[in-house]
Amino acid sequence: MIEDLDDGALIRATDLTVSRGGKPVVDNISLSVNSGEIVTLVGPNGAGKSTLINALLKLIKCDSGRVERKPGLVIGYVPQQLEIDPTLPLDVRRFLFLGARNSLPNLETTLREVGFSTSLDIPVQGLSGGELRRVLLARALLREPELLVLDEPTAGIDFAGQGELYELIRAIRDRRKCGILLVSHNLHLVMAATDHVICLNNHICCEGKPDTVSRNPAYLEMFGSDTVDSALAFYTHHHDHRHDLAGTPIKETGNQRQEAGNG
Amino acid sequence: MDDFLLLAFAAGVGVTIIAGPLGCFMVWRRMSYFGATLSHSALLGVALGLILDLNPLLGVIAICVAISTALYAMEGDQRFASDTILGILAHGMLALGLVVVAFLDNVRIDLMGYLFGDILSVSPFDLIWVYGGAVVCLILLALIWRGLLSMTVHEGLALVDGVPLGRVRLIFMLMIAFVIAVSMKIVGILLIISLLIIPPATARRFSRTPEQMAFYAIILGAISVLGGLAASAYIDTPAGPSIVVVSMLLFFFTAMPGVARRQN
Repeated sequence: MIEDLDDGALIRATDLTVSRGGKPVVDNISLSVNSGEIVTLVGPNGAGKSTLINALLKLIKCDSGRVERKPGLVIGYVPQQLEIDPTLPLDVRRFLFLGARNSLPNLETTLREVGFSTSLDIPVQGLSGGELRRVLLARALLREPELLVLDEPTAGIDFAGQGELYELIRAIRDRRKCGILLVSHNLHLVMAATDHVICLNNHICCEGKPDTVSRNPAYLEMFGSDTVDSALAFYTHHHDHRHDLAGTPIKETGNQRQEAGNG
Repeated sequence: MDDFLLLAFAAGVGVTIIAGPLGCFMVWRRMSYFGATLSHSALLGVALGLILDLNPLLGVIAICVAISTALYAMEGDQRFASDTILGILAHGMLALGLVVVAFLDNVRIDLMGYLFGDILSVSPFDLIWVYGGAVVCLILLALIWRGLLSMTVHEGLALVDGVPLGRVRLIFMLMIAFVIAVSMKIVGILLIISLLIIPPATARRFSRTPEQMAFYAIILGAISVLGGLAASAYIDTPAGPSIVVVSMLLFFFTAMPGVARRQN
């Protein structure tokens, strides 16, 4: 841990590279997240978003570069998916307590904060996508994190629920003043709340404020020109597919499977 | 009851005390094929133990640790599905074990005993191994329980929560190696995995918490041992396979409608 992270940065990656099968999935990436800041990683499937998150959390080793954290940093993590075998009898209450070191005095408040109103006595495997997201968020918040890391928080959530969830994330930032690192394949939904967008396609294509990025040629090349108009709208269609335009083929990468296979 | 039956029962229960909870984790973590691969390698461990003039149990533990380390190292390899690799190793190692055993001229080895178990020949000395190991395993398991459960739910979450993944994984692996080594005598290399998997699978229906499931798995394992030995004593069936058959019957009996309502 390096002392220069007293400047407000919670976590900082410098020249981070992670390779899979000789090919860099995360290519020379530098980024930092400050307190009270929402940083969003956007990019198509296979762009290395989850790999980058896993490297930042030290779930996987990086080939070069380094990750520094503020000393004693408490991280709350919401993974992209949770696949618990149905043979594991685990109710929501127990799941929440698994992550807690002590008792959970804030349990009620936190559950209210994330809007979870279902019973705590049902099995975790029985939760709907939206409920599970809220429980995972609650579990992360119960740690009173300084940094919240959310990997595709809208995965498995219907469209109306997605906007709601991003509102919730913003409210959490405003209330708790924590830093938030968010992964999304949909920039438009997160635009309103995000301070800094990093557009990722293994390397950093472009970064900056959301409205700047959404007009950046590199971003447009990756997501297609139809986003020019829709970037200003709050709710638009999904971009988990790739457009192939202007004769510039966009490289297909097959890393998504590997990334998802860590659980 | 005869002495050898009492010894056999004591040894069987000693093994289920640790096989129950460990088997639960193997079921939750979908490791039954992994466990079968390790147990099928055990014969090679026995042979190596005999060649090196060590206790065969140590040979088994060593080979299990070596195989699981190798499997863990190969985990990232995308060229073959892990299922394929396990299939190759499970049967390849068993075959290798049989080949190596055939080369052992100077020692007589009870092949059937190793393959299908020889619970009726358990000695008081074996009991010391079983119970000594079971106590150590239970203490270790209690220490890593929360971390292991957390990892089973999600490794990333566990890491962020501060669980030392590597250490917990190593202890878990060593315990599996140990339980395979001591169950070899009870049901034999080919049937060990059923002792680990069936009682937890049956226990699932009655359990609302992970701890309950581990506890019921021990009870069900002990009932299977008792039933299997009884069958062996009264109708002269082979003891090890009878234990597995009773265990399986319990699984199917409790699966019948109206016998047990599945909890949560």
